[in-house]
Amino acid sequence: MLHNLSIGELAEQLAAKKISSVELARHFLARIERFNPALNAVITLTAEAALAAATAADRRLAAGETGPLLGIPLIHKDIFCTDGVRTSAGSRMLDNFVAPYDATVVARLKAAGAVMLGKANMDEFAMGSSNETSYYGPVKNPWDTAKVPGGSSGGSAAAMAARLAPYTTGTDTGGSIRQPAALTGITGVKPTYGRVSRYGMIAFASSLDQAGVFARSAADAAPVLQAISGFDPLDSTSVDAPVPDYSAMLGAPLKGLKIGLLREFFEGLEPRNAALIHDALKVYTSLGATTVEVSLPHLPMSVPTYYVVAPAEASSNLSRFDGVRFGYRCEAPKDLADLYKRSRGEGFGPEVKRRIMTGTYVLSAGYFDAYYLKAQKVRRLITDEFRAAFEKVDLLIGPTTPTPAFDIGSKIDDPVTMYLNDIYTIGANLAGLPGLSMPCGYVDNLPMGLQLIGPHFSEGKLLNAAHQFQQSTEWHKHAPRGYE
Amino acid sequence: MNLTRQDVEKIANLARLSITEQEMPVYVTSLSSIVNFVDELSRAETGTVEPMAHPLDGQRQRLRPDAVAETDQHVKYQKNAPSVQAGLYVVPRVIE
Repeated sequence: MLHNLSIGELAEQLAAKKISSVELARHFLARIERFNPALNAVITLTAEAALAAATAADRRLAAGETGPLLGIPLIHKDIFCTDGVRTSAGSRMLDNFVAPYDATVVARLKAAGAVMLGKANMDEFAMGSSNETSYYGPVKNPWDTAKVPGGSSGGSAAAMAARLAPYTTGTDTGGSIRQPAALTGITGVKPTYGRVSRYGMIAFASSLDQAGVFARSAADAAPVLQAISGFDPLDSTSVDAPVPDYSAMLGAPLKGLKIGLLREFFEGLEPRNAALIHDALKVYTSLGATTVEVSLPHLPMSVPTYYVVAPAEASSNLSRFDGVRFGYRCEAPKDLADLYKRSRGEGFGPEVKRRIMTGTYVLSAGYFDAYYLKAQKVRRLITDEFRAAFEKVDLLIGPTTPTPAFDIGSKIDDPVTMYLNDIYTIGANLAGLPGLSMPCGYVDNLPMGLQLIGPHFSEGKLLNAAHQFQQSTEWHKHAPRGYE
Repeated sequence: MNLTRQDVEKIANLARLSITEQEMPVYVTSLSSIVNFVDELSRAETGTVEPMAHPLDGQRQRLRPDAVAETDQHVKYQKNAPSVQAGLYVVPRVIE
């Protein structure tokens, strides 16, 4: 079936005129229609525009043009601005917002001939680890619809796991690509900070946010990452450095690769989770890699550090939503202050308001030094420890999440417990490092993720390390029952 | 440290957020638990460590030529505004 083919296979079939882009779009649109009502992964369907884009791609293909993504459908996380299409960020605040321009990620994929099928559900303003904070309701995990798919890119992950598109986009501020990828059994890549432009990506925490990819394999993620990476003058933190050919890097043998095991990741790790990681390490040693234990003593502080830094930046970023220029406005404001307060109070959901207030508190007079400045200092300690580790090893391996997907509703009332879901993923964001999660087995019949973290701009190395693992294992080929 | 209702009211005002009576006790409890959780940072020995604001430390902000790069699209942009008259955003009266 078309939805089980890799991106490379689809591109070949398109080039050989065995299928058309329109057929491909119709196939996936039909799957969305069939499966999405139970999953709530897609919140805006752009069927008409998709068929028009597919027709245009077919014309380019007929003219002899080829490209790794030309004519291949995708679903964008609804955090990326899409010209003329509602861009909600999962919030009531932007329920009526039609983006007037394309994010750079969207524009680059459009230029590559990608065909957008629709926009994926997400935690409101990317704040959440379960996709339960969305104004549009929770996303269900295709492996078990009583479970969360993870968050914040939960719609993108669930859509990918259910084979509703060959690939999807996401963003990762504290684990929002890697954690849902782990919980839905797919491959998710968060690039180095600055590798992919943030222009047109609705901001949550600007020093941490980074766009990335969900795909069924590292080999599928490579051409997508290729297309979206690279310098963009429209993003002041975009890095002007050449982008290597990621797909061409996938053949390199792993002999001599030095893998670091983070001691802090294994302390207190659930034994069945730890066993999966150790099984994965056996695969790596059989491929010629060596392992060595490394320690980052300040890593356990990454969650409290993040929950100062990220809300602080969010409180500043979200001050733009004032009920004046765009977004939700309350009924009958009695004065300007009332307009601001009620538009924001009614337009934002509970978790977003909680983070704005946390951020306001840690930045306020009397608390700035004790919280914000302190967190920025600990952030440097953690970053320096990562740097020292990468002098000894090529990449770090550990679990992506402490547990498999949990029940919808089980953690939503306890923010601190929810925040601890990201205990293994946040470090990479604080240090701006690239990370990847891929499936490595099951606990309680639910998929678990193996996480790879590398030094800055080592995406090619990470993708190859994941690809070599996937050449030797079958986990990434599994689909949830009913979606095969 | 636990936050009081007065603390939360002050924060909400600074953040320009209306908080309903029903929401208030939930925020007093959950913000207190978050503040107590991040208090763990005080245990870190940070001495003379420089605070880190940005993950790519060496990067400098670029300058660009001071030239017009965008065209006027205010009609398109104002389509998203809740209230517009004669190309201006309308808000409740500010000056009496």
